[in-house]
Amino acid sequence: MPMGENLLSVEGLQVHFPIRSAMLRRQIGTVRAVDGVDLHVARGETLALVGESGCGKTTTGKAILRLVDSTAGAIRLGGEDIAHHDSRGLAPFRRRMQIIFQDPHASLNPRLSVGSILAAPFEIHDIGTRADRPDRVAALLATVGLPAEAAQRYPHEFSGGQRQRIGIARALALDPELIIGDEPVSALDVSIQAQIINLLARLRAERNLSFLFISHNLAVVAHIADRVAVMYLGRVVETAAREELFFDARHPYTQALLSAVPEPVPGGRRQRQVLKGDVPNAAKPPQGCVFHPRCPQAMAICSQVMPTSRAISPTHSVACHLVGA
Amino acid sequence: MQSRVWQRFRTHRLAVAGLVTVSALLLAAILAPILAPRDPTLIETQLRFLAPFANASLPLGSDELGRDTLSRLLHGGRVSLTVGLVAMITTVLTGALVGIAAGYLGGIVDTLLMRFVDTMLCFPQVFLLLVVAAFVPPTLLSISLIIGLTSWMEVSRIVRAEILQLKEQDFVAAARALGASRRRIMFRELLPNAAAPILVAATLKVASAVLMESYISYLGYGVQPPLASWGNMLTNAQGYLDTVPWLAILPGLMITLTVMGFNFLGDGLRDALDPRLRMDP
Amino acid sequence: MIGFIFRRLLQAVPLVIGVSLIAFALMHLAPGGPLAVYTLNPTIQAQDIERIKIILGLDQPLHVQYVKWATGMLTGHWGFSFFGGRPVLDIILERLPATLILMGSALSVAIILGLGIGILGAVKRYSIFDTLATSGALVALSFPTFWFGLMAIFVFAINLRWLPSGGMYEFGEEGNLLSLLRHLVLPTLVLALVITATWSRYTRSAFLEVMNQDFMRTARAKGEPQSARLFRHAFPNAAKPLVALLGVELPFLFSGALVTETIFGWPGMGRLFVDSLNMKEYPILMGLMMFTALFVIFGNLLADIAIAAMDPRVRL
Repeated sequence: MPMGENLLSVEGLQVHFPIRSAMLRRQIGTVRAVDGVDLHVARGETLALVGESGCGKTTTGKAILRLVDSTAGAIRLGGEDIAHHDSRGLAPFRRRMQIIFQDPHASLNPRLSVGSILAAPFEIHDIGTRADRPDRVAALLATVGLPAEAAQRYPHEFSGGQRQRIGIARALALDPELIIGDEPVSALDVSIQAQIINLLARLRAERNLSFLFISHNLAVVAHIADRVAVMYLGRVVETAAREELFFDARHPYTQALLSAVPEPVPGGRRQRQVLKGDVPNAAKPPQGCVFHPRCPQAMAICSQVMPTSRAISPTHSVACHLVGA
Repeated sequence: MQSRVWQRFRTHRLAVAGLVTVSALLLAAILAPILAPRDPTLIETQLRFLAPFANASLPLGSDELGRDTLSRLLHGGRVSLTVGLVAMITTVLTGALVGIAAGYLGGIVDTLLMRFVDTMLCFPQVFLLLVVAAFVPPTLLSISLIIGLTSWMEVSRIVRAEILQLKEQDFVAAARALGASRRRIMFRELLPNAAAPILVAATLKVASAVLMESYISYLGYGVQPPLASWGNMLTNAQGYLDTVPWLAILPGLMITLTVMGFNFLGDGLRDALDPRLRMDP
Repeated sequence: MIGFIFRRLLQAVPLVIGVSLIAFALMHLAPGGPLAVYTLNPTIQAQDIERIKIILGLDQPLHVQYVKWATGMLTGHWGFSFFGGRPVLDIILERLPATLILMGSALSVAIILGLGIGILGAVKRYSIFDTLATSGALVALSFPTFWFGLMAIFVFAINLRWLPSGGMYEFGEEGNLLSLLRHLVLPTLVLALVITATWSRYTRSAFLEVMNQDFMRTARAKGEPQSARLFRHAFPNAAKPLVALLGVELPFLFSGALVTETIFGWPGMGRLFVDSLNMKEYPILMGLMMFTALFVIFGNLLADIAIAAMDPRVRL
C-alpha cells in the first residue's frame, strides 16, 4: 500500500439505534449514537478518539470492527469498504484488525484457560497445527511479558493488569495491522496504566501497528497519540495532531476538556472552564450545533445551522462556527 | 475454584446426605444382580404374601406371585434409575440446545422456540406423558425418551436466561471480533459458562424423571411386567393394602428416598454454585 | 387497563392455536390413527373401517380435517365418544365439578398453609421452625403423590377407620354435603401436599426478597409493628410473584389431580382421562387435553390481569 494512503478511513459513519415501544415493537424514536463521523488512521499511526461517556466513541470503535451494524457511511480498511460485508466477506479482515477491551474482568472467558483463550484465534483461522499451538501461545505470552506457565491457569488467577496483557496478547495473535483499544487502561490502577501504555508503545514500534485509542482521559492520550479526534454527541468536533490539539485547541468543547486536565503536556492550556448544563439526550439532539446549549461562546447561528468540519491546517480540522471558512 | 465450591457444599448437611444417598442408590443399582438374593422374576406361588423377615431367603417378603421383594426392589431400582438418568440426559440435551439457540440467535428463532415452549407448558405433564406413552410401545428406551421429551421446557428457559445475560459480555464480543462462527461462540464460549445452572437442573430432573416413571408405570403405561420397576410394583398394591401393606410401603419408600436424595443434592449444588461465587480473586 | 386486557387476550390467541395444533397432531400420531379402537380390533372388517372413516371425515386431507375440527371446537362441538356416541364436551363437563371441588379445596388448603409456613419461615429466618419447614418442604416434594395417597388410605381409612378410602359420596348418599366433606378430606390433603411445599418455598423467598428492601427498613425505623409491616407493605409486593406462581402451577395441579383421583376413585376429569386411556377413547382424551390446556391459558390470563390490577407498571 503506498505511503500516502490511510490504513483505516471512516467516512460519514452513522449508527442509529431504534427505540421500540414495549408492546408492538413499533419504532418510536432513534438514538443517534454516531451521527456522521469522519476519521482516518495512517499506517503506524495512533489516533486517539476522546470524549465523555455517551459521546459515541465506543460505538464508533465497535462499528469499525463490525461488532455493531452501521446505519450509513463507509468503513475502509486498506481501501476496501467493509461496512456491508457479511461474515464471510469479513473473514480476511478479521485478521487485520483487532480489539482490546476496557474491562479486564469481563473480556476473558472465565471458564477457559488462558491457553485456550489464546489458542482460539489460531483455531478459528486454521493457523498452524495442534502440535505447535502451545508454542505459539507461549510466544504470545512472552511478547506481553507473561510466563509460559500462565497458559495452564485461569483468568481469575491473574491481576487486572495481567489480564489486560492477556487481552493484548489475544489481539496480537493474528498479527493485525490495526488495533482498536476501547479504553484499554481506564479500569486499571494508575501505576499499572503506565506499564500497559509502555507495553503498547513498544509493541507499536516493533510491529508498526496502527492504533485507534479510545479514551476519556486526555492525560493518558497525551503519552501515546500522534493525532487526536474529539467527539461530542455522536460527532467529531475537532481533529488535530497532538501538539496542535494541546496547544491550539479551537473548539470550545475541546478547550473545556483540556482545562479540566492537570497539565497533560507542559505548557498546555490551563484556564478551567466549567460547562453549564448536562450532556443532552442522544435521542433528541439539539438543533444546529449539538454543543450550542452548553457552549460559552455560542452565537445566534449556532442554534440553527450545523457547522461542517473545516481544515485550518493539513492536520487540524474543527467543526465550529467560530472558525471561519 | 473447585475446592471453594466443595467447601460451600460441605456445609449443607442435607446436601451431603443427598450425595451419600444418591451414591448408595446408584451403587446398589449397578450391583443389583450381585446383591439380589433371588431371581426377581421367579414365581413361587407357595411362598406368596410373606411378610418381611418371615422367611430367611426372602428378607423383605414376597408379593402376590411369590417373587422376592428385595430382589425386585433392587432390580426395580436399577430400572427406575436407568430411566431417570436417560430421561435426564434427553431433557438436558434438548433443553440446553433450545435454550442456547433461542438465547444467542435471538430474533425469530427465539420467538418461535419460546412460543413452542409456552405452548407445551400449557399441557399438564402427566397428561402429555400418558397420551404419548399410550401410543408408543413401552420399551425402557422409549419410556425414557418420552419422559425426557416432555420435561425439557423449564431447562430451556433457564439456559436461555443465562445465555441472554452472558452474550452481552466482552469476551463474547472478543470472540466475534476474532471471527468466531456462531456455533463456536454458542458451544465453546457460552455453554461452559452455563454449566452450573445446567448441572443443577440435571440433578433435579433425575428426581422428577424417576417420579414420572413411577406414575406411568403405576398406571400401567410405563415399564411392563414382569420387568420390575418401583412404579409398577405399586400397581396392584392398592388391592392388598389391608392384607399385605408392605408391598405398597416399600417401593414407594424407595422412590421417595431416591427423589429426596436427588432433590437435596440439586438444592445443595445450587447453593454451592451460586454465581456470586464466580471466580473473582 | 382495558388496553392491557385486550393486548393480553391477543397474546393468548397464538397459544390457543398452538395448543390445538399439538392436540391435533397427537391425535393423528397415535398408532392405528384416531380410529385405533377400531383398526386394532381384529373383528372389525376393513371396509367397515373405511365407512367409519368417511362418516367421520377422516379421509380428507389433514389441513381440512384440522380446520373442521378447530371450528368445531370453537362452536362447542367437540366430537363424540367411541363408546356410546355421547358428545365429548358433555362428558367432560359432567366430570368437571368433581375435579373443581377437589382442586379448589386442595388449592385453598395449600395456599393458606403454604403462605403461613412461608411467611413464618421468612420472618423467623434460620430458626428451628424455618429449618424444619424448609427441609420438610423438600421432603414433601419428593413423595410420589399416588404413594402418599396409598399411605394415607392405609393409615386413615384402613387402620384408623376415620375416613373413607375412596369415592366421592357414600353409596346412596349423593348430594349429601357431610358425606362429601368426609370423602374430600384425604384426597384434598394428598393433592395439597406437594402444592403446599412449593408454595411455602416460594412464599418464603418472595417475602425474604421484599423484606430486605429499603422501604421495609424505613417502615421498621418508623416504629411500625411487625404485623403492620407484613401485611401493609410486604404482602402486596410479595403477592405479585405469588399470583404469577398460581398461573404457572395450574398444570401441576391438573397432573396431581389426575393421580389423586385415580387413587381415591374420585369421579373427576383425571379419572376420566385414565379410563379413556384404557379404553383408547381418543375423542375424550383429546377433548381433555384441549380442555385442560385452555383452562391453563385462561388461568394464566386471569393471573396476569390480577397482577396488572395490583401493579400499574406492568400495564405498559
